[in-house]
Amino acid sequence: MKAFADLLDRLSLTASRNAKLRMVSDYLRETPDPDRGWALAALTGDLAFDAAKPAFIRKAVEERMDPQLFWWSYEYVGDLAETVALVWPARPGANREPELSEVVEALRSASRAEVQRLIEGWLDALQPTGRWALLKLMTGALRVGMTARLAKRAAAEMASPPVEVAEVEEIWHALHPPYEDLFAWLEGRSERPSSENPGRFRPAMLAQAIDEAVDFEKLDPADYAAEWKWDGIRVQAVNEGGVRRLYTRTGDDISKSFPDVVDALQAEGVIDGELLVMRGGKVAAFADLQQRLNRKTVDAKALANFPAAIRAYDLLAEGAEDTRTLPFAERRQRLEAFVAKEASPRIDLSPMQPFDSWPELAALRATPPSGDPQIAEGLMLKRWDSVYEAGRPKGPWFKWKRDPFLIDAVLMYAQRGHGKRSSFYSDYTFGVWTQDELGQRSLTPVGKAYFGFTDEELKQIDKHVRDNTVERFGPVRSVRAEPHHGLVFEVAFEGLQRSTRHKSGVAMRFPRISRIRWDKPPGEADELATLERMLAQMEGR
Amino acid sequence: MLMIRPQDLLCPKPEGLYCAPGDFYIDPTRPVARAVITHGHADHARAGHGAVLATPATLDIMAERYGAEFAGSTQAAAYGEAVPRDEVEVTLVPAGHVLGSAQAVVRWKGLTMVVSGDYKRRRDPTCPAFQPVPCDVFISEATFGLPVFRHPPDHEEIARLLRSVAQFPERSHLVGAYALGKAQRIIRLLREAGWDAPIYVHGALERLDALYQRHGVDLGDLRPATTGAKADFAGQIIVAPPSATQDRWSRRFPDPITAFASGWMRVRARARQGGVELPLVISDHADWDELTATVDELRPGELWITHGREEALARWAELHGVPAKALKLVGYEDEDDG
Repeated sequence: MKAFADLLDRLSLTASRNAKLRMVSDYLRETPDPDRGWALAALTGDLAFDAAKPAFIRKAVEERMDPQLFWWSYEYVGDLAETVALVWPARPGANREPELSEVVEALRSASRAEVQRLIEGWLDALQPTGRWALLKLMTGALRVGMTARLAKRAAAEMASPPVEVAEVEEIWHALHPPYEDLFAWLEGRSERPSSENPGRFRPAMLAQAIDEAVDFEKLDPADYAAEWKWDGIRVQAVNEGGVRRLYTRTGDDISKSFPDVVDALQAEGVIDGELLVMRGGKVAAFADLQQRLNRKTVDAKALANFPAAIRAYDLLAEGAEDTRTLPFAERRQRLEAFVAKEASPRIDLSPMQPFDSWPELAALRATPPSGDPQIAEGLMLKRWDSVYEAGRPKGPWFKWKRDPFLIDAVLMYAQRGHGKRSSFYSDYTFGVWTQDELGQRSLTPVGKAYFGFTDEELKQIDKHVRDNTVERFGPVRSVRAEPHHGLVFEVAFEGLQRSTRHKSGVAMRFPRISRIRWDKPPGEADELATLERMLAQMEGR
Repeated sequence: MLMIRPQDLLCPKPEGLYCAPGDFYIDPTRPVARAVITHGHADHARAGHGAVLATPATLDIMAERYGAEFAGSTQAAAYGEAVPRDEVEVTLVPAGHVLGSAQAVVRWKGLTMVVSGDYKRRRDPTCPAFQPVPCDVFISEATFGLPVFRHPPDHEEIARLLRSVAQFPERSHLVGAYALGKAQRIIRLLREAGWDAPIYVHGALERLDALYQRHGVDLGDLRPATTGAKADFAGQIIVAPPSATQDRWSRRFPDPITAFASGWMRVRARARQGGVELPLVISDHADWDELTATVDELRPGELWITHGREEALARWAELHGVPAKALKLVGYEDEDDG
């Protein structure tokens, strides 16, 4: 438990993705089975307990210490699990520290009443960091900034020689914690575990971003198919041997959140497509899909108000036949027939966008035809002869994103970065102008961005922040932002949605700094009304 | 016969804790005629007093920081040596906080009051251990006077640092540590853990490091962190004042991992707020368990609390049958150090 607790502790305070990868792969290399398997399951989200409710933990600690002292402590720390981990008054004569696997195995077989007694015993035996990790595990959420994909990548990297993460993903759904067969393979002690399970995930083929300046000269438009790039999430819908599942593009099983879509899968096969909210065959904004994502349970109201559907663009298997080795043109024909056979309003076909030349396609991208393409993210280009290949091969598939939206906004607050950037003010909150009834102009924050600039530019902005600080609040500084004094950023973003959490009422998707306008007086930056007009346009297409 | 009351011997005033029968202040925060100084941290040891009584090491530290003329006159008192001050007798005994740190034991007409200054109970290789003195009134600090503050064993924290150094050999580790006491203790603990490589130090530490070495604390091979190419610092440990670790100064090092040695690092939000990736919970102050164990051991007639989180320690003492009161002395910082 100690090694696992120390790992979570480090992960939770480490920003760098590479550092996290090294910490996890080192842990997996150094920790014996079955502990490391349970740890990996906890990091990928495949192991979570709701064995202890906050109320129980609180009651248990208040039985052992003065409630007033506990309350002062909680007030100071602000997080229940952490407070309890720190203040827990151990009884003398505690047992030795439990191993992670002992905890997991005991929890799996214990009754509810036993669980509470077990937890108290473990809290007695553990040190503060161990108690903190235990409580995180017990209450269901690790929140250490790890994605399932990153954890799987760390597993792939612990192998010598390292294997591709796609190789781990492909077999993931045939594996069960504590993954002893996986580690045996990664350590070269046995064959790769079989991935031939019905209903398994197939690693996705990804597209490269096109470089307009270089790539088009070399590419023949006749070799490529074009279709719109939809603004939902990429999914893989599997119906195989009676097993029906819906996966994200990294292989996370989201079937439970989308029973409406899973029920629509009638024919046996594997569809690659975009998950969207659709009403009457028309795509809704991404914000609507968000109402359905990250929900553990779905209620009838959400199902009715935000009906989900798949817009299919590829076919990876039909019946028992693996179609991934067929060229795209052939897969496309089979997909069209497959979708027709499904005959469900929840599964439609992503239409092809015919074109003859790159300039013609560029014009379509700049001014999309009416209907759904208006809110597409851009275009996808796929070679007619491309086979379906896991990973991001160079050449067969390109994404050609719509130009981002741009506004000029004023730097208002700057926050210190993390890790490599901890000596720089690198996270910027920017605002645009609003006017009150009296015509008084003031800035309202509309977003936050922390990339899009070079290291050299970062140094310059950092200096500007230090030289123009108005106030400090811990790691944050407010920066002079007046009509004739301050710094303007050209901010690029992919879309806008309404937000009740932001004072301005709008939230940006993927904002980043596209240019630093050292030349522009802040007074000439954009107004909130500009954003509101953009939003109305997006909504009223 | 009049009862002798503790407040007749020591009472809080705006300048600090005042002893009327001896006419001196203990750790006054403003210049006074006569002062007893418990230890060399700047919030306790200020320049400009008329006469100063302190341990030889504390006087040395004050002279190093403020120059030889930091007070009108000075008197050194060795640990355990009783020094008369008018009607009272003052004895300085080890507090285990930093080099030279002392508790002030004040005796008058059969009444014994002990001012802890800042103290800790665990072993510190850079100064003698805290010595408990039976007393009528124990006047304690309470910097970490909340049950959340429980400092783990030092060697575990140092082991985590060394493990990170081994795990990221291409990066440097930048350890923020208060310039007086904490920095030297970290260096000494690293030496005890077998880290024989040169340790690089920020310029602000150099004079105090040399002072510690003169007082017999072997810090090993120390080198200035200001010269050398970026790559030279890969795999190395650099010790600097906390303020420098996040400043532009740190850019000279290759992709540094920021560590910070402080009792405050026990609380994750504090570490996160400060951009600390590797918090080391190492403090020169007593943690909650040490504070309460000390009260329990001394069982004083009364507990007075000078600064820190007084209310929680006072409540604990009351619940355990020791009458307690908070003095709410101002002027002692608890933000930078731990």
